[in-house]
Amino acid sequence: MNRITLVRLFLISGGVLVIEALCRFGVINRLTLLPPSEMATYLLYLQVSGEINEAMVQTFSNVVIAFVLSVVFGFVLGAVIHAMPRLRRACNPLLASYYSVPVFVFYPLFVSLFGLNRWPLIMIGFVFAITAMVIATLNGLDRVPPVLLKLARVHRMSHGAEILRIVLPAATPYLFTGGKLALAYSFIGILAGEFILSGGGLGYAIAYAYDGFDNRTMYALMLFVLIVVTALNSALYIWEQRLLRRRGRG
Amino acid sequence: MSVIPETSGSAHIAGQDSSPTTHRRSLQRLLDSLVLIFGLVAIWQLVYWKSEVAITGPIETVKTVVELLGSENFWRHALASGRAFGLSLLISSAGGVAVGLVLGAHRFSGAVAAPILTALYTIPKVTLYPMVLLIFGLGISAKVAFGVMHGIIPVVIFTMDAVRNINPVWVKTARVLKLSPSETAARILIPAVMPEIVTGLRVGFSLTLLGVIIGEMFASQQGLGFMIINGMNVHNVRSLTAVVLLLVLFAVASSTVLLALERGLQR
Repeated sequence: MNRITLVRLFLISGGVLVIEALCRFGVINRLTLLPPSEMATYLLYLQVSGEINEAMVQTFSNVVIAFVLSVVFGFVLGAVIHAMPRLRRACNPLLASYYSVPVFVFYPLFVSLFGLNRWPLIMIGFVFAITAMVIATLNGLDRVPPVLLKLARVHRMSHGAEILRIVLPAATPYLFTGGKLALAYSFIGILAGEFILSGGGLGYAIAYAYDGFDNRTMYALMLFVLIVVTALNSALYIWEQRLLRRRGRG
Repeated sequence: MSVIPETSGSAHIAGQDSSPTTHRRSLQRLLDSLVLIFGLVAIWQLVYWKSEVAITGPIETVKTVVELLGSENFWRHALASGRAFGLSLLISSAGGVAVGLVLGAHRFSGAVAAPILTALYTIPKVTLYPMVLLIFGLGISAKVAFGVMHGIIPVVIFTMDAVRNINPVWVKTARVLKLSPSETAARILIPAVMPEIVTGLRVGFSLTLLGVIIGEMFASQQGLGFMIINGMNVHNVRSLTAVVLLLVLFAVASSTVLLALERGLQR
């Protein structure tokens, strides 16, 4: 382990310890924040008792569906926009300002389009995540070295072979980044949708606990969401680094 | 989220000697935008026909927008959102640039902080809102804090990366000229990283707005976010659609301006 990682670990654990101490000695009111150790213990209890299993399954399955849909459609849409420079130029301000539109406001619309089931929520995650994938696809396709495209022509590759063997491998790092962001945004969209609007899932459970002054459940669930998302992101980050290193060697 | 620089080198040369060509190109660009807007409005109309209970059509919405802009009630809410947004934007841009400059200049702290920042950027911050409410109480400070939580991190990340990628010769020049740290920041660091900072501010702008509006949607009695959630709860579709349209227009217009600024700086 190098010095940087050590310092980082030290900082994070130090921060947690300071909060723990402040809570234990009553500097921070129990109504405001619970000691982290208590959050963790209660989270463990919730996990073992199986109380939140249903909410977990609901949230995670929705996230997975939204993520897959956004990656597939985002890539296709990105490729289409990339092929039409004029459309792309017109779209630029829209893509740039996309994330300031709270897509949750479309929930009633989605309900009336898809019915009162899981799909309106999935659509919120999907709509939130797809732009990241579109932008990443555009970036990736921009960075395919022209030399490689010439190489494909020299070899008289078919259109399909050119995409499969040249374009996709060259754009992979950017597509990977897009996928990473799409996963994060699917999570954000679905949890936020549950939190503000819907009647199920982890986001709803947090909002419900807040309304009922049930700080223990609320903080335990928050901790859980943070742990899951951070773990997923770190895993993807490590995988990405490994991919990049292999490309560097190859 | 990087912005793609213009790639058409030949067009640049063509534009230098013959102004009619440039003129025609900008005309074409305008036409393209109009076609895109027309297409989006057409999709909107189709969606409206499909589900009339959840959304109002384009023409009716524009009428409602005009009505809203004339009503005192709307401006009260818009002012509340505007104040919270302005304050959050000020804090996240000033704070973000300052923190980013420090982390970028001090390599070791930057390396320590980078993964933490990325993790903070990707966590679903909405779920932390109850905590913000418990700490800051109901009211404007919670909204501002939530807006800052969303907006400050991209500004920090973009600024930090920009400073790290600065040409080392310039920093050496500063040392040779014996510039003080504040002078180095003002004369060397900030001008060199300006384009990236503007990119960061653009992203920060969008996310701050999102943060403030979400903050208002949950546990607030004022602001455009409250108007939206209230429109949903009492099924006031007309005002709901109109407020959303206004928000979208505001966001797109501001982003267009910031994008143009960014392009100008890159040249």
